[in-house]
Amino acid sequence: MSNVSLVITAAAGSAAAIAGGALPAKTRVWAAVVLTWGSCIAALFGALAVLHTGQSLVLNSSQILPLTGVTMVLDPLGAVFVVVTAVVAIASTLYWLGYASHGLSTRTTSAALPLFVTSMLLVPMAGSVATFLVLWELMALASLVLVLVDHRRSEETRSAAQWYAVMTHVGAATILFALVLLSAHAGDQTFAAIRVHARHLPGVVRNTAFVLAILGFGSKAGAVPLHVWLPKAHAEAPSPVSALMSGAMVNLGIYGIVLVGDRLLGGGPVWWWLMVTAMGVVSALFGALHAATSTDLKRLLAYSTADNMGLVLIGVGASGMFAASGHRTIAAVAMVAALLLTVNHAAFKGSLFLSAGSVQVATGTRDLDQLGGLMRRMPITGAIFMVGALSIAALPPLNGFVGEWLVFQSLLHGLPTSSTAVAIAIPLGVAALALTGGLTAAAFVKAIGVGFLGRPRSVEAAAAHEVPRSMQLGAGMLAGLCVVLGLAPVIILPALGRAAASAVPGAPLATVRGSVDLHLAGLQGMLAPALLAAGLALAIGGVIALRQLARRRFTPQPALRRTEPWGSGRELQTARMQYTATSFAEPLQQVFDDVVRPDRDLDVSHLAESRYYVEKITYRTSIGDIIEQSIYRPVIRAVRWWGQRVRGLQNGSVHRYLAYGLVALVLILAAIT
Amino acid sequence: MTGFEEVAGAVLVAGAQIVTVAVGGLLLVGVMRKVRSRLEGRIGPPVRQPLLDLRKLFTKQRMRPEEASWVFVAAPVVLVATAMVVVAISPLATTRPPLGQSADFFAIVFVLLLGSVSLALGALDTGTPFGGMGSSRAMTIGALAEPALLVAILAMSIPAHTSNLPVLVHMGLAHPQMIASPERILALGSFVVIILAESGRLPVDNPNTHLELTMIHEAMVLEYAGPDLGLVTLGESMRLTLLLGLLVNLLVPWGVADRSGAVSFVIGLGALAGKVALAGIAIATFEVFSGKLRLFRVPELLAGGFVLAMLGAVTAMVVR
Repeated sequence: MSNVSLVITAAAGSAAAIAGGALPAKTRVWAAVVLTWGSCIAALFGALAVLHTGQSLVLNSSQILPLTGVTMVLDPLGAVFVVVTAVVAIASTLYWLGYASHGLSTRTTSAALPLFVTSMLLVPMAGSVATFLVLWELMALASLVLVLVDHRRSEETRSAAQWYAVMTHVGAATILFALVLLSAHAGDQTFAAIRVHARHLPGVVRNTAFVLAILGFGSKAGAVPLHVWLPKAHAEAPSPVSALMSGAMVNLGIYGIVLVGDRLLGGGPVWWWLMVTAMGVVSALFGALHAATSTDLKRLLAYSTADNMGLVLIGVGASGMFAASGHRTIAAVAMVAALLLTVNHAAFKGSLFLSAGSVQVATGTRDLDQLGGLMRRMPITGAIFMVGALSIAALPPLNGFVGEWLVFQSLLHGLPTSSTAVAIAIPLGVAALALTGGLTAAAFVKAIGVGFLGRPRSVEAAAAHEVPRSMQLGAGMLAGLCVVLGLAPVIILPALGRAAASAVPGAPLATVRGSVDLHLAGLQGMLAPALLAAGLALAIGGVIALRQLARRRFTPQPALRRTEPWGSGRELQTARMQYTATSFAEPLQQVFDDVVRPDRDLDVSHLAESRYYVEKITYRTSIGDIIEQSIYRPVIRAVRWWGQRVRGLQNGSVHRYLAYGLVALVLILAAIT
Repeated sequence: MTGFEEVAGAVLVAGAQIVTVAVGGLLLVGVMRKVRSRLEGRIGPPVRQPLLDLRKLFTKQRMRPEEASWVFVAAPVVLVATAMVVVAISPLATTRPPLGQSADFFAIVFVLLLGSVSLALGALDTGTPFGGMGSSRAMTIGALAEPALLVAILAMSIPAHTSNLPVLVHMGLAHPQMIASPERILALGSFVVIILAESGRLPVDNPNTHLELTMIHEAMVLEYAGPDLGLVTLGESMRLTLLLGLLVNLLVPWGVADRSGAVSFVIGLGALAGKVALAGIAIATFEVFSGKLRLFRVPELLAGGFVLAMLGAVTAMVVR
């Protein structure tokens, strides 16, 4: 019965896209948003039913796609990703209602956004190779259109879209190879058939398929070194689109890796998962380091997405390693941790991107060095950003904390019972997680402190006003989710446990139990986030009461005095003297000089009268992406060089083209005879 | 035991630990200053001076920089509150603290991080160059100390199969050979380095400095005055005492109450005070003979701590 919801999801989504493309400007956005909500809610119903009962939904139709037909299967693993996508989509489209007046109410946008959302909802429901690839491509194209929306405004947007187009299609090509390879050997293209045949596949085929799949899906997840498109596209796309890409789309890369590695191939040797873990460690560290040194707010958030996806990959990799060495229970705990990190990431990164968009709307810039003092001017957006930033830094009592704790526990308990390679990988994994955590904390202290606190660094920041209600609501919804999931993660953990059990073959169903406190199945580890939060609230109340009491006890209190801060005896202290995002990150940049490799440029010009007197000193520093510069640029240069050479073949002379035809014909004839 | 008695007992234990650490922490600071002064040939302020200072600070007028928001005011409160929560649930005087099952070592690190982050945000909210400077440096050092700290915890947790703090201390009491194991010693060595860095002691930060450009922690709290400054000093001394308390209880757990009961708990409090005082004196003595490291040499110190922790973790795996 409930597979009706799959049909409604697709139908409402298509209707939303058509309405967005066809209706006149006044009603277009509303109609598209309401129909998209319909699609999301239908998907939510279906997915929640699947998570509740554990029964998959199946839908077959031979009419829609020619030759292959459409096969939809929604299992618990896919359902988790559907729920995440639906929630982020509802919040982002709500936000879009207020944001649309800023150049986002065009026909193209209004049609592409629902299409993007719907295709993301449907990708985890795909049950066959053809269905999956069609939906995957639809998702890529719709998001590409959305990245390009602001193309008139800057050259960077066009370049970002170009990078994104190339990377996503190279990724799609490798995924296509991987899946086609599997289905060719299985003789059937449904995932169910591939799963049955996967055991009898030769090792070479399995390994090739998995490596290709990691490359393709890894690039979608923003795993380093395949991440180069991510900071560009996420930063340049309009904010609701960034939130959708970062909160929902990159997750599907993770889904793909789990789908191919665990669901289709049924797990593999340890080295597969070591590779995934290594990719995760590199992404986490690289992303966190760049987030800590970025000064562009949205770029910072984008790099932090690469970092968070790295953490998820560490969890997925650890789960695979444990499963490969026969520890199914711990494997399931690690998978639950990875899924929880994914859900958490969607909540806080969604709210962060949306509130960054609000800042951009209010001030016209996303350069942290131009911001400041927004907490007093935009208190609600500031509070929302604060909640998101504190939860991404894994601070209690917010949701990031529980996820990170679970990863540490799974790594700790996986340790005493595994092979040597795993045993070396895990302390390094813990160290990477820890350094990432520290760098993330620094990055987000910088984002809040420089962006929202202190004094405004520009006229625009000083004149900022709070954004429309729907934008606050959209971002606030996700921030509220961060709080709820931080206090009571148990409301989603059973569902995640079921999803993990469907991903890790042979794992127990309930891996994380408990009502208020979390117990881990078969392990010694417990956490009561709600009680910890209650303790914190109690302590805060106690400290405030104590302070008031002490003051009343000792003296008749003079009123609070607002005063100019200490300036070492300087007469005038301006906002420009404050630490900027650049100067905040300077020590970290110095420490990690070899990895970040900033470009520094110092210009000293002297007075014409005497060179002993300096007229002006200009200091410029910028941080590029070292991977882009050292891996991608040479490839691009080589391709360009090759293109130049090939141009020589075409000079417009008809004689020459006829000669080519003759030579080709002779060669072909020679070859076939 | 009835539910009510259980709750009352838990509240009493938590309250006693908090009060001991709050008052004892201030006295510890006094003791450390006294030791330092004496070794430098001065008489120094009386040991109870920090308590008197705190009392005085609470009588003063509250001041706030012009552009500061609520974050500036909330920061010291959160700092003290996080320290209180961790003190309440940590195995300081007994291995059965209230909510002890949640006193996970990893979790505690994140609760304390909340305190550091809020102070760093409060510093940036002042809108002065010094606030930003202190906050930037503190977050840098904090980020670099994190891997050493968490890997050290991992190394200690592997043999015990848990990262639950009360269990770790209890196991030290039950199986003293675990304390002498190489992984525990290496991990605790790294822990010492981290305590020095996190609580702003020499050679990482000079708590007595008066030069803004060399400040880390002092630069962050430069704008705090009156009751707010009182809370900051209280919070900082509580954190130092807490970290030292955990260190000594992991290193020499004897004296910590391993059963429920008022007598053993009071003995536990006394033992805690004695052990922490000795650790404080040792640090103060060390500080007399050491200078402050350049900021960019601190990462090397922390890397050293990390290497110790990593060796500990590897040893723990090999020994097992």
